[in-house]
Amino acid sequence: MKSGRFWAWFVFLLGAAYFFIPLIATIEFSLRMRRGVYSFDAYKVVLGDSQFQATFMFSVIVAVFTILLGVLIVVPTAYWIRLRLPQLRPIVEFITLLPLVIPAIVIVFGYIRMYGSNSPLPFLGSNLGANALLVIGYAALALPYMYRAVDTGLRTIDVRTLTEAAQILGAGWGTIIARVILPNVLIAVLSGAFLTFAIVIGEFTMASLLNRPAFGPYLQNLVANRAYEPAALSIIAFVITWGCMSLIQILSRFAPKSASRPN
Amino acid sequence: MAEPFLSIQHVRKSFGATTVVEDFNLDVAPGEFVSFLGPSGCGKTTVLRMVAGFEEPSAGKIVVGGKDITRLKPNQRNVGMVFQAYALFPNLTVAQNIAFGLKVGGMAKPDADRRVAEMLDMIKLPQMADRYPYQLSGGQQQRIALARAIAPKPKLLLLDEPLSALDAKVRVSLREEIRSIQKKLGITTIFVTHDQEEALSISDRIAVMYGGRAEQVGTPFEIYNRPATKFVANFVGTLNVLEGKVTDAASGKVQVNSQEVSLKGKLNGSKSGDTLSLALRPEAISLGRQPGHDASLSGEIAEVHFLGSVIRVRVGIGGNTVSLDTFNNSTTPPPVVGDKADISFSSGDMLVLH
Amino acid sequence: MTDLSLSNKAIAGNTAPPAEARSLRLPTQWLGVTPFFVFAVMFLILPTLYLMLGAFQNEAGEFTFANIVALFSANIVAAYWISIKVSLASSLIGAFAGLAIAIAIVRGGLPNWIRSATLTFSGVASNFAGVPLAFAFIATLGRLGLVTVLLNTLVGLNLYAHGFNLLSFWGLTITYVYFQIPLMVVIIVPAIDGLKREWGEAAATLGATQAQYWRMVVIPVLWPSFLGTVILLFANAFGAIATAYALTGSSLNIVPILLYAQIRGDVLHNAHLGYAIAFGMIFITGLANIFYIWFRTRSERWLK
Repeated sequence: MKSGRFWAWFVFLLGAAYFFIPLIATIEFSLRMRRGVYSFDAYKVVLGDSQFQATFMFSVIVAVFTILLGVLIVVPTAYWIRLRLPQLRPIVEFITLLPLVIPAIVIVFGYIRMYGSNSPLPFLGSNLGANALLVIGYAALALPYMYRAVDTGLRTIDVRTLTEAAQILGAGWGTIIARVILPNVLIAVLSGAFLTFAIVIGEFTMASLLNRPAFGPYLQNLVANRAYEPAALSIIAFVITWGCMSLIQILSRFAPKSASRPN
Repeated sequence: MAEPFLSIQHVRKSFGATTVVEDFNLDVAPGEFVSFLGPSGCGKTTVLRMVAGFEEPSAGKIVVGGKDITRLKPNQRNVGMVFQAYALFPNLTVAQNIAFGLKVGGMAKPDADRRVAEMLDMIKLPQMADRYPYQLSGGQQQRIALARAIAPKPKLLLLDEPLSALDAKVRVSLREEIRSIQKKLGITTIFVTHDQEEALSISDRIAVMYGGRAEQVGTPFEIYNRPATKFVANFVGTLNVLEGKVTDAASGKVQVNSQEVSLKGKLNGSKSGDTLSLALRPEAISLGRQPGHDASLSGEIAEVHFLGSVIRVRVGIGGNTVSLDTFNNSTTPPPVVGDKADISFSSGDMLVLH
Repeated sequence: MTDLSLSNKAIAGNTAPPAEARSLRLPTQWLGVTPFFVFAVMFLILPTLYLMLGAFQNEAGEFTFANIVALFSANIVAAYWISIKVSLASSLIGAFAGLAIAIAIVRGGLPNWIRSATLTFSGVASNFAGVPLAFAFIATLGRLGLVTVLLNTLVGLNLYAHGFNLLSFWGLTITYVYFQIPLMVVIIVPAIDGLKREWGEAAATLGATQAQYWRMVVIPVLWPSFLGTVILLFANAFGAIATAYALTGSSLNIVPILLYAQIRGDVLHNAHLGYAIAFGMIFITGLANIFYIWFRTRSERWLK
């Protein structure tokens, strides 16, 4: 037992070193912009850069639309699969896992060829269309995570019983979804939403290949041309990701515990 | 008792500041079946886990077959254990599960195969050898777990609430099966349960535990009929408790709801004017005055529950309510709520709870 | 990828019986899942199939194997080879290191807060990829990185003089491991939690040593989840581009970067060769998954 605990500490500390040293190095580097002293100059320059503000806002808006699209596609599907069409579950689960197998670059390559300006569905013929396609692509990337989160949420609340109880009490479908199901899976949906946000906000491949003025390509461009600002941005990106994950953690504490247990 | 096979001596266990077992003593004879009975948190499982070696006693020692095993690791103790949640290895077939202890013990394959077949016959599941645990019912899984525990011929069999996760019917049949296998093999067994009926039906002796102590150790007959403490009386079986007032301590006279009952010489230590709790088992009481019953009380029928073979009647006597059972008899109509009724019993069956 | 057409057939096949059985309720019954399937077909399945078919066509739209044959040119084979090496190395290192950390925090008797802190951090780090990650490693192990400089000044060890280069196979692998380990931790911790304490206790009472218990129960039980996660990590690394691109520009010739360059500027001067490269990528990740499914059904009969 004693030696087991020693090895556990050893492994943990080794891992902690691997994960924290790059962060420390990046922070240290980001503070070195002014010669000879540590300063937050790099952060000031980055945050004051109008291009940073524009691309970041663009990515935030894209993330919000991605979340909305994801929720609209996933929630009714997951609900309906649990309630009425359980025989479709394996197929739906298989499809939601596809984005983990098909690389993002392949998906977006397909979009470029299928929805180019000369195609029957010329998404890429206009700016708005291209933005929509980016949102769609991100929704596809986030599909596995969103579906998993919502489905787990639905499993804990016993959808069928809740729906039947609401029907007995005279509720219509609109009321059931809006007043019974959504509030109960809200936490799960929000978890999926923050995960989506974390994935979308710095994404590079799709944004770059669709020529969108997003945060990921801006970051990429900055790395090639500047020294200290990318370090500051890396830290900012890490903090944003951390924020999303912490929110998911906090939310999960409010999630309903499984109600189907008899005791 | 002859030389005890298992001897638990002055064992105490605390986790930090809380003591869960206090000065527990028990000697178990070879081949004996002893149950630890008590509510959850009474320390029964902790004692069992100390015997198995999963917990180390804070004080005291545990001796098996004359050898002090208090500090031995679980895998050096040669005990068999069955868990509430079956704990079959999910990746192994039934036969592989049963063979596990033989294999790690270094038994040659042909011998192990023979022993596994023998075990499967014993639990009457010979056709299940190649199934995986998930393909079996709870009752089947628990029988496999029993076979797995017994296969390496342990010196001691420990059963930790093995029937709690099962349906009522399976529970009864499996407990009979456990008992008959135990008797056939003559293996010394400790059985932990919170179900008094289970403990009464299966054990040679029962240790009723409460608050980390053994309240009473005795045969099921003793435990049921002569509970030593109020806790034991309440925990084991259904019990009617009546509030009485001592009117004449010397001759043993007590008043219940202003009606006098004589309890010949059972009131040592009480004086006239004391109130005390009197207990009666439902099966000791008859409705109406019966020959052979030397005590009676009058009251009113409060509730009647038809349970099939018996009818459970609750009779109100002042502020007390007494439950009793009468056998169903198709020619006699059941009692009617609100009717006046007398109950009678033998004053020897009335227990004074201290 | 055959799976895709299979699943389409399965959808079609499943449509029939309920439709016949309750034709009146058909519209409402299927309305709920229509958006999902429309989305999946239009933006996941069709674009992929489009590339798959394109890989077997020439400019004139005729069937050909020429694009697939062209994949075997030295340049492209080298790109696949280094991609496979980096993905395999980073997924295996990530998997074993992640497993060790997961076991340490779940079973190692460490304080409880370490477990929750590690899990939260893993959630963050598994999503910390791309440019910020690349830059963090440049700041750490680049020529002027903190660790490089510290090792040089404190111990006198010059990493780069000993042949280390962040813009290489090992550099990329070490960087990828940063998101691979946490992903493993996040996925495998629930599996380790699923190991019941009673199994260990049952094994102990039956006389097994800790090592025997691990060999006969723990490893076989964890193995399917472990292997499944390794495959996921492999696919994760194989399709990753942003990190490598930010780290190496186009100096390290891995498949996603090659494809990226092809999409941007048709560097191979053959659009259909691009399709073939995409086909090759899916072929490899798909193959890994098929192997996994095959393995799971073949050797893990005890799984429900």
